[in-house]
Amino acid sequence: MADIKPRIRAPQSPKKGEIVEIKTLVQHEMESGQRKDAQGMIIPRKIINTVTAKYNGKDVFAGKLEPAMSAPLYIAFSMRVDDSGTLEMSWVDDDGSVYKAEQKITVAG
Amino acid sequence: MTESMTLSRRRIVVTALHASAAALLIGIFARSADATPQEATQLLGTLAKGQPKSGKVTITAPQIAENGNVVPVQISVDSPMTDADHVKAVHIVADGNPNPGVASFNFFPASGRAQVDFRMRLAQTQKVIAVAEMKDGSLWTAASEVKVTIGGCGG
Repeated sequence: MADIKPRIRAPQSPKKGEIVEIKTLVQHEMESGQRKDAQGMIIPRKIINTVTAKYNGKDVFAGKLEPAMSAPLYIAFSMRVDDSGTLEMSWVDDDGSVYKAEQKITVAG
Repeated sequence: MTESMTLSRRRIVVTALHASAAALLIGIFARSADATPQEATQLLGTLAKGQPKSGKVTITAPQIAENGNVVPVQISVDSPMTDADHVKAVHIVADGNPNPGVASFNFFPASGRAQVDFRMRLAQTQKVIAVAEMKDGSLWTAASEVKVTIGGCGG
């Protein structure tokens, strides 16, 4: 886990049934495994390879990532908000670490 | 006279060998540095089986990216996103990076809309290709060329 804290941004009070955009950012080096250090040695690959998002336990979005994704890792996706609830997300690192974050969403009215 | 002829012939042979060895080396290095369009197509073939038709997929990417390290890309797929008819996955590859794979994203009826925004690395001017896999098994594709001024992927 260390000091990697993913951030999730969601609209404040969407209407019931509204499709909202969720923006996520993880401060991670996403080391591609292509770069070389000062000694000419290849810096080993270390990226976030999987991302998943569930809203109230239901899958809304997932992804398998390759080193072609930029650092920091920015991904925005959509989901339909039928009820108030919690968006739970996790990101899996090449080294096995799992970074988690959640965001409560309350529908208006 | 005969001796000089033999020598020159030998020299020609040796020079030719050097030239072909050099060409071979250049070929190997060129191959290992960047994915080819064939490799990109091959990878897409393993990610999504079948023959994709063009349409339904929209790739929004800059025509010219000044910094290949962070190229903003949006992919959206035209679909009602109901239980019966929705996008299951979108696979993205780039045909001029060291490895063609970029990402595969999964969508669900609760996604509401099959759309994803992300930032990617492009090592050089190349094509970004997306294939969408629908619930009924049909495949749809689109491609977008991005010109890159300064390549990403480090080095």
